[in-house]
Amino acid sequence: MNRPLVAVPRPPASSAPQHQEGQLKIDVDHLSFYYGAKRALEDISIKIQPNVVTAFIGPSGCGKSTFLRTLNRMNDIIPGARVEGRVCIDGGDVYGQGVDVVALRRKVGMVFQKSNPFPKSVFENVAYGLRINNMASSRSELTGRVEESLKQAAIWDEVKDRLHESALAMSGGQQQRLCIARALAVRPDILLMDEPASALDPIATQRIEELIYGLKKSYTIVIVTHNMQQAARVSDHTAFFWLGRLVEYGRTEKIFTAPSEKLTEDYLTGRFG
Amino acid sequence: MRSRDLGFRLSIGAFAAALLLIVTAIGFELARQSWLSIQRFGFDFWRTSTWDPVAGEFGALPFIWGTLYSSILALAIATPVALGIAVFVSELCPPVLRAPLIFLTELLAAIPSIVYGLWGIFVLVPFVRLLETWTPESMRALPLFSGPPLGVGMLAAGLVLAVMVVPFTSSVAREVLKTVPMTQREAAYALGATRFEAIRAAMFYARTGIIGAIMLGFGRALGETMAVTMVIGNNPQVSLSLFAPQYTMSAVVANEFTEATDALYLSALVEIGLVLFIITLLVNGLSRGLIWTMARQVPSKVAA
Amino acid sequence: MNSLGTVAPRKILSALFVAACALSVALALVPLAFIMFFVVSQGIQSLNLDFFLHDPRPVGEPGGGMRNAIVGTLMLTGLAAAIAVPIGVVSGIYLSEYRGTRFASAVRFAADTLNGVPSIVIGVFAYGVAVLPFKHFSMLAGGLALGIMMIPLIARTTEELLLLVPNALREGALALGATRAKAVMTVLVPAALPGIITGVVLALARVAGETAPLLFTSFGNPFFSTSLTQPVSSITVQVFSYAISPYEDWHRQAWAGALVLVSIVLICSVAARMATARVARIRGGQ
Repeated sequence: MNRPLVAVPRPPASSAPQHQEGQLKIDVDHLSFYYGAKRALEDISIKIQPNVVTAFIGPSGCGKSTFLRTLNRMNDIIPGARVEGRVCIDGGDVYGQGVDVVALRRKVGMVFQKSNPFPKSVFENVAYGLRINNMASSRSELTGRVEESLKQAAIWDEVKDRLHESALAMSGGQQQRLCIARALAVRPDILLMDEPASALDPIATQRIEELIYGLKKSYTIVIVTHNMQQAARVSDHTAFFWLGRLVEYGRTEKIFTAPSEKLTEDYLTGRFG
Repeated sequence: MRSRDLGFRLSIGAFAAALLLIVTAIGFELARQSWLSIQRFGFDFWRTSTWDPVAGEFGALPFIWGTLYSSILALAIATPVALGIAVFVSELCPPVLRAPLIFLTELLAAIPSIVYGLWGIFVLVPFVRLLETWTPESMRALPLFSGPPLGVGMLAAGLVLAVMVVPFTSSVAREVLKTVPMTQREAAYALGATRFEAIRAAMFYARTGIIGAIMLGFGRALGETMAVTMVIGNNPQVSLSLFAPQYTMSAVVANEFTEATDALYLSALVEIGLVLFIITLLVNGLSRGLIWTMARQVPSKVAA
Repeated sequence: MNSLGTVAPRKILSALFVAACALSVALALVPLAFIMFFVVSQGIQSLNLDFFLHDPRPVGEPGGGMRNAIVGTLMLTGLAAAIAVPIGVVSGIYLSEYRGTRFASAVRFAADTLNGVPSIVIGVFAYGVAVLPFKHFSMLAGGLALGIMMIPLIARTTEELLLLVPNALREGALALGATRAKAVMTVLVPAALPGIITGVVLALARVAGETAPLLFTSFGNPFFSTSLTQPVSSITVQVFSYAISPYEDWHRQAWAGALVLVSIVLICSVAARMATARVARIRGGQ
């Protein structure tokens, strides 16, 4: 079975960064997650290297977003949420005793499905994380960091003349890139993206995908997507989830051309979804 | 069929029109009855402080002073408490406590004001008198705390009004906080916010509605009559002191209306009622406008 | 960058904030507990059969009760309902049926405005309209004042309840050939009726506790009276005059009257809550 199941446009191999083996960024060990009595995630184990883009794919309701949210403990705010197993980031279990959740969330940034800028100016949105975490000691440092983040998110040219206008006056795609800038401002190591382009038109989607490719050099990115072509375009590794379990995980090329599990193949060829 | 529907619409419309008519009639009747006093005294009515019905001198400044002072004092005490309750019930408390707490705050709103007044006279006033006697001499020197410790006065009125205002502001603030999309708080948490900071982000989003809730409480305090008149001392004087017995617009109307023997006296009291009507109209209108603006904004923000 | 150092004061602030919110809840419940405690403990002492069966004794003589006041309150609220229920319910029907029209918006605005008018001002209005022309206080004037207060409450709850009735019911009626009038009156209103009645009961409980609008409309009466055109006593006004009087005995009776008032409010609130919960359960089962 060597025919590709999905056309996989890949950048030339020489420009892809090499993996550093033996240095895991995220190491999840037999994770199960419960909403009260209901089990949403079953015995998931996955190892993610630094500076790669990993895509989580699967049909809706399969638990990929839930799993993403366990990585920065966003599920903590839901009453009745319970975790079994370990999620180690840079060697330390984030669900261990005495873990500072606030500091964790600074290190592991998140971008949401529907862009959710605060009802403030563009500048104030990006500065928010910097302010609450006391990350800038002077006004000029703050302004500098905001500019840096907006440039990283490839939106600086569009907003540099309207930094103090309301963030809500921008288009959906611009707002999402603003949210990415906001997340990047606090200098996370890992960026979690929960279907970041699902509410956007194709052109805006393309810009986000280009952005992800550019960010890979400096960040470890995990992106949840229901769009298989997007996963194929953007990620180095892909994990396929189904009904709360991790079915298959491996290099994107392999998953899309020669998956080991029949379930994976069925999903990719559209037999269910 | 068409004409029958029209008949239906007209006949029930007549009842709705009656509602409209009543409100306009209130305005007209108040204006009509106060015309005598308005003509006689003009704007000086609200600048003079002498209220001497026997001599025919009517200066209403003490009443508007008393109303504004007591209401603002009540607002200052009630607002933090009401917002704290709203935040606790909607964001912080365990789900099982939510319904009972809401029920209890609604109970506070349902207690008749005469019962507040009764409790005010026999329980709160002696307590305030005690507080006033315990005030150290150094504080007594300040105009804010000057005067004999009678118990009745502005402080007692402010306190009882605050208790009455809390459930109103709190329930509207709670409703307003419910409409803030969860993603706003999630965005804050994802950036490393503490609980307080995330709730603060939600409250910022809801600020228009929260101000509306506070104004609603203000409107409530402005119009309250019975509880205030039983604890404020009913003395038409303009005083900065919390200990001094003073008078409000609604209290003077309630107390002296049946004693108004001549037309001018009555007209003066009705004029006070008219101004109270206008002030509460404006405050409540503004508050409802703010809350409505907030309700309108939310869907469009989410649809980005 | 040492993140640990900066996070600690923020966390303390967050914990203090949570504590402050919990404290506010306690702070609000304290006066509630206080009031209920005093009303019950003081009131229950004077609440005996005499209280309900006898009229007040002349000044200074011990004993007597509030029979005339209780009957007065019942009649006043009955009058108020007679005025407010037709106008309020039908206005509510209009507001829900013809929602988008300018007239409906004006009426809704008027209802919300009327809701916010201080009760003393409504008393002044009722005085001018129903007392002054006839030169004496009367139960009718008092009932008018209370009725005016009830109208916006009933109108708004009726409107909201009618909007909750599923559209499928209306469409079903119209599909069977009913006119709009018939569909509304024979299908929608009966469906919303339990809620409307609950709304009326709550509004009644609210006005039963009003004092200010009665001070110069129904005024008060030391004797038993059921005449519409004469002043009549009411629990609230009676409690007021007893409270500001210098007589210990009257003070005790004031507490008893307060207990009766609070009981009425409590019973109506609980009944209303149970009724809405029951309707919600029935709806949920559909």
